[in-house]
Amino acid sequence: MIVNEQVAIDHGLKKDEYAKICELLKRTPNITELGIFSAMWNEHCSYKSSRLHLKKLPTKGKQVIQGPGENAGVVDIGDNDAIVFKIESHNHPSFIEPYQGAATGVGGIMRDVFTMGARPIANLNSIHFGSPQHKKTKNLLRGVVHGIGGYGNCMGVPTIAGQTNFDSSYNGNILVNAMTLGLVKKDKIFYSKAAGLNKPVIYVGSKTGRDGIHGASMASASFDEKIEEKKPTVQVGDPFTEKLLLEACLELMAGDSIIAIQDMGAAGLTSSSIEMASKGNLGIEINLNKVPCREAKMTPYEIMLSESQERMLIVLENGKEEQAKKIFDKWNLDFAVIGKTTKSKKIELHFDGEQVANIPVNTLVENSPMYDRKWKKAKLPKKNKIKKDDIKNLKIIDVLKKILSNPNVCSKEWIWQQYDHTVMGDTIQKPGGDSGVVRVHETEKAVAASVDSSAVYCWAHPLTGGKQVVCESFRNLISVGAKPIAITNCLNFGSPENEDNMGEFVECVQGIGEAAEFLKFPVVSGNVSFYNQTKEEGIKPTPSIGGVGLIKNYKKMITMDFKEIDNIVLVIGKTEGHIDQSLFARNILDEKNGPPPEVNLFNEKNNGETLLKLIDSGYIKSAHDVSLGGIITAVSKMCIKGNKGIDLKKPKYLINEIEYFFAEDQGRYIVEITKKDQKKVTDLLNKNAVHFNELGTINEDQLYIDDKTKVTIDELKTSNTSWLTNYMSK
Amino acid sequence: MKSSVITFPGSNCDRDMDVALKKFGFKNKMVWHDDVELPKSDLVVLPGGFSYGDYLRCGSMASKSKIMQSVVNFANSGGMVMGICNGFQILVETGLLPGVLLRNKYLEFICKNVFVKINNKQNSYFKNIDNDILEFHIAHNEGNYFCTNNQLKEIEDNEQVAINYCDKEGKSEEQFNPNGSIKNIAGIFNKQKNVLGMMPHPERMIDPYLSGEDGSLFFNNLINNLK
Repeated sequence: MIVNEQVAIDHGLKKDEYAKICELLKRTPNITELGIFSAMWNEHCSYKSSRLHLKKLPTKGKQVIQGPGENAGVVDIGDNDAIVFKIESHNHPSFIEPYQGAATGVGGIMRDVFTMGARPIANLNSIHFGSPQHKKTKNLLRGVVHGIGGYGNCMGVPTIAGQTNFDSSYNGNILVNAMTLGLVKKDKIFYSKAAGLNKPVIYVGSKTGRDGIHGASMASASFDEKIEEKKPTVQVGDPFTEKLLLEACLELMAGDSIIAIQDMGAAGLTSSSIEMASKGNLGIEINLNKVPCREAKMTPYEIMLSESQERMLIVLENGKEEQAKKIFDKWNLDFAVIGKTTKSKKIELHFDGEQVANIPVNTLVENSPMYDRKWKKAKLPKKNKIKKDDIKNLKIIDVLKKILSNPNVCSKEWIWQQYDHTVMGDTIQKPGGDSGVVRVHETEKAVAASVDSSAVYCWAHPLTGGKQVVCESFRNLISVGAKPIAITNCLNFGSPENEDNMGEFVECVQGIGEAAEFLKFPVVSGNVSFYNQTKEEGIKPTPSIGGVGLIKNYKKMITMDFKEIDNIVLVIGKTEGHIDQSLFARNILDEKNGPPPEVNLFNEKNNGETLLKLIDSGYIKSAHDVSLGGIITAVSKMCIKGNKGIDLKKPKYLINEIEYFFAEDQGRYIVEITKKDQKKVTDLLNKNAVHFNELGTINEDQLYIDDKTKVTIDELKTSNTSWLTNYMSK
Repeated sequence: MKSSVITFPGSNCDRDMDVALKKFGFKNKMVWHDDVELPKSDLVVLPGGFSYGDYLRCGSMASKSKIMQSVVNFANSGGMVMGICNGFQILVETGLLPGVLLRNKYLEFICKNVFVKINNKQNSYFKNIDNDILEFHIAHNEGNYFCTNNQLKEIEDNEQVAINYCDKEGKSEEQFNPNGSIKNIAGIFNKQKNVLGMMPHPERMIDPYLSGEDGSLFFNNLINNLK
């Protein structure tokens, strides 16, 4: 096939990008080379629109062992233990083929983690769907949930937490973000940097097929009415092979024969070989006839661009090939020496005795395009004033029930019951709490993880929204008694070529950066997913933040269920009555405008750290952060979980009842304490200048407001638990 | 007491079972599916997971593994063999236990706590256990036990039903059946009661910080019975 500008454009490259390739090579590339360039230079692999802005994120910290740039981030949790973690998107494939798209998303992120030598110990996910009324939503939800479960359950890794949202902006572009945490010994972390000359380059895992060719390019473009034609670009997952690959890799890693290892994810053999060569400042020579292929007559182009799953590339010490091969034979996996490292600093490919590609590595990596895209700064919308007439006829209990059964608030048990969340025998906090918690096997330590997003806030004001998501993650970790360590982010946005979308990206990243910096909650890994749009319709800006924290003694873990009758309930943090962009405003008042709640980073940090002190002193019996639906929603959930009621008293504030109970002001937690400890707790809160109110006392089974309004917890429970099950069974 | 846990390619509860057995005093050995001989054991456990990916009928590939001939011989000579979840499916495939395990009635994987009623205590697994009802944990996609009417009659006549799904009070009704199993069956014995297959995972219930502690009751009782 003759390569020209049109062929390059068909590969998703721009005219000037093609010109740059010809200039760098000082000749016209052949078709294999063009394929390699298009794979390395697409948005998904090159981060060409985002790199400039991602550089501003804080990535360092006392506990950070490895920040962005490797397969995953790594943080120190003491005693030579480290946690490897990352979140990644699989949005485009999941919309085209929900089961396989979601399954391979989970498979891919687990591979990123065990590539670094870590055994995966927990999975999480953040999934976003269109309006429940949209005709595709139900099937997409079912397919994605089956896919996530199908892969994670088979791997034997518990899925411990997640988040599911519905919003019509995802009608044409769902989001599937998968996160994995792995446990590794600090002195046994593996990296992807190749080193040494003439070292054997080994291919292990599944055979290479024609599936997923150009997957990464597909994920770097918008959808149109022809998306169904893109099904062949979706990879097909085989969790069984991945389980074998995991065990085989960990067995090989126990020895000292690996120099570098890299999984074949997006852009397959192309990106894995080039990344290893680039990081090691070396060249790599590969004989493509040696690559184990699933199908006959695969061309070099197909072999290099296949995104077949469950494959790894390893640079081994000389002379260790036999020993390594034995391990992969034992696990019935392919093992082939396909090439070697060279000093040429080029990627040289041979097939049927001919050289089929010869590209300097730096042209693919350092010289890849980087754009400073135009972007528009968002204005802070004007505040709305609640009209007395709008709320005077509202009955607070009716509103509460409506909110508890809202798709974005209701119980997601229908989903997480389909995920094995208890395998590995260390899950001490299941899905449905503020964070999932797993013990560090055979130690007193436990790791908490949560994944959050607040697209509505980010849409209303990206800078505030970006900050808010990080704070929410911080709070979710603290609510279970974990000290926040670091985050991973999955940045889901529309087209970077659209100034508004690009502005949303830039400002969300700025907000994430500011909050992460202030809270000492650095970003150690992540991924960017642009072009989440169909035709001109983009999604709401949706950065998902995966937070990880440490509980030093798992017996001090906190859960959100109310524990004991007569205990006192406090709300920590100040309630100002911010209603704009709240669930109440959007769903009860049908008011979609206005600014999101303000984020005060000082209060966030101070409130959170003070609560951690209270937890550490043993004063806190249960805790839950206040988010969607405000105080009364948070309290109701604690009642439902604990099968207890509460006598709520609205403090004598200037704001009215509705504002007090449904406002979504930030930096707040609900906590349960005993009467006996009340003075010690309030003294400590006062000493640290933390604002708080007493909300009420726990009772047997009713929710009272100021002794007059009441509802049974069973009724609230029905509102909260029935929506999703009913929706899915219709 | 010596135990052996068999690891098949795709087993994923083998470590959990090893942890549980050791916690309650067993000297446990992990045995690779490709081995021919079983180490000397008082109990052999086939753990949960997705052996060979379960791409064919669940457990069918694993039932043909090299080690299984020794496991079958061990069982036929009266040795204690317990299969949990995928292990239950494998035991059914070997013919050591009657019936089959179909896909769950609602076609969805289920992971949750359930109650089971002990139906027969005249065996080394449940003898001397005080409780009649245990809170166990299930996590499976194919736990819908099915057999022919003749088989069912034989199973019931021989008191081979080990445990049934029920509620907290022990009522074994359809609404407490998580997967559509015939007669709410959660686990069965062979005729001699030395082979037990069950869908619930007692190894996930061995610690107050996990899903519960009724697994501890089960394992404690089991090792005492074997002594």
